[in-house]
Amino acid sequence: MQTPRILLALLALAVVSASARAETVQVAVAANFTAPMKLIAEAFAKDSGHTANASFGSSGKFYAQIKNGAPFEVLLSADAETPAKLEAEGLTQSGTGFTYAIGTLVLWSADPALIEDGAKVLGRNKFRKLAIANPKTAPYGAAAMAVLKGLAVDQMMMPKLVQGENIAQTYQFVSTGNAELGFVALSQVTKDGKIGEGSAWVVPAGMHDPIRQDAVILKNGEGKAAAAAFMEYLKGDKAKDIIRSFGYQIP
Amino acid sequence: MGFSDADLQAIWLTLRLASLVTVLLLLIGTPIAWWLARTHSRWKGPVGAVVALPLVLPPTVLGFYLLLAMGPNGPVGQFTQSLGIGLLPFTFWGLVVASVFYSMPFVVQPIQNAIEALGERPLEVAATLRAGPWDRFFSVVLPLAKPGFFTAAILGFAHTVGEFGVVLMIGGNIPGATRVVSVQIYDYVEAMEYGQAHWLAASMVIFSFLVLLALYTLNPNQRKF
Repeated sequence: MQTPRILLALLALAVVSASARAETVQVAVAANFTAPMKLIAEAFAKDSGHTANASFGSSGKFYAQIKNGAPFEVLLSADAETPAKLEAEGLTQSGTGFTYAIGTLVLWSADPALIEDGAKVLGRNKFRKLAIANPKTAPYGAAAMAVLKGLAVDQMMMPKLVQGENIAQTYQFVSTGNAELGFVALSQVTKDGKIGEGSAWVVPAGMHDPIRQDAVILKNGEGKAAAAAFMEYLKGDKAKDIIRSFGYQIP
Repeated sequence: MGFSDADLQAIWLTLRLASLVTVLLLLIGTPIAWWLARTHSRWKGPVGAVVALPLVLPPTVLGFYLLLAMGPNGPVGQFTQSLGIGLLPFTFWGLVVASVFYSMPFVVQPIQNAIEALGERPLEVAATLRAGPWDRFFSVVLPLAKPGFFTAAILGFAHTVGEFGVVLMIGGNIPGATRVVSVQIYDYVEAMEYGQAHWLAASMVIFSFLVLLALYTLNPNQRKF
């Protein structure tokens, strides 16, 4: 009957010794980066022993929360503006910002036959609703508007536009068929390196300003080993492979 | 600063939505409340529970299922398409339908409580005086249960004004059709335009306070709850 107690003691010892070395880093992550972040966090835990605790949300909300004392140590933003703004307000560890991914915009439909010849489906105009992310708040939405303007179909599309509050909701509108097609992030419709379901047109990068997604260490993370380790890990080859496999580019 | 044109449009839309929903809820909710208050059917429990569901469900759950149900592959969506009125998500009427579901318990429960509190007696007396069912309802139930109806109307209205999660899920943020005040505030906050957000948000706080103040002080019976 002594065995359980010994096991328990060993377990306690293991927990104590592990926690002495390993730290936890609180990471605020843009919603469009949810899937890659989960894989990166897993690999990071395995390779470094630290734990990355991710919260997913919109950059605008994170900005408000960070300004008001949220305990995040690293921010993986969906844009370049939010980290820059935080940096200007002295809420970051300055000089730690870098672009961890460049988003790719894709016109996507859950219907496998709808988008056969790229952008021409917009010109044919034979659909009811076109979903985009809110151009005012979401970088993917602003890029989608730029593409519509570039194709000179923005006026024609105006009455058909429905806006998701973020790119995740925009995807939801299209995947449930409530909007026949929409501009979403390539990362959302990519499975194992290619478009998973439906039909799509990958928008050429030259048609809109690059969707740069920047990461930065926040004031709370300054001098924390796990925060610095996570940022380094994000720049490493393993993380880059994961990021690329979801259809992002790396600068 | 003050309100922009977009703000005014959102305010007007919200008031229109809430008024219409309140009227519809009184029309639909009263018979349900009447039935729930007086029935001994074994369906009383299940129906009451379904009506109360929006009280406990997160709005995103309700919104998500409404989006699926009203979409092209959902039962409601196929029904509305077969009627030739198209699909409801991203339209004003879609919001109306969703809000009726969402605010239903706030209307049904006060009316049900008021009718239950009346008891059988006044209705039996009225019946012996040969009042028909409609007569009994309009000359006995309605006047006696007035505080319940008053509370129901105000709560239904206020709750629809304060709706956010469901609108976000099925609205699509279309100016003049589905961009209500709560969504407009959310947009300002997301875009970090805090000044504009404050204007609308503070107005909403004051409005809600005045509505509840009216509810607590003007209620015909002065009945506190």
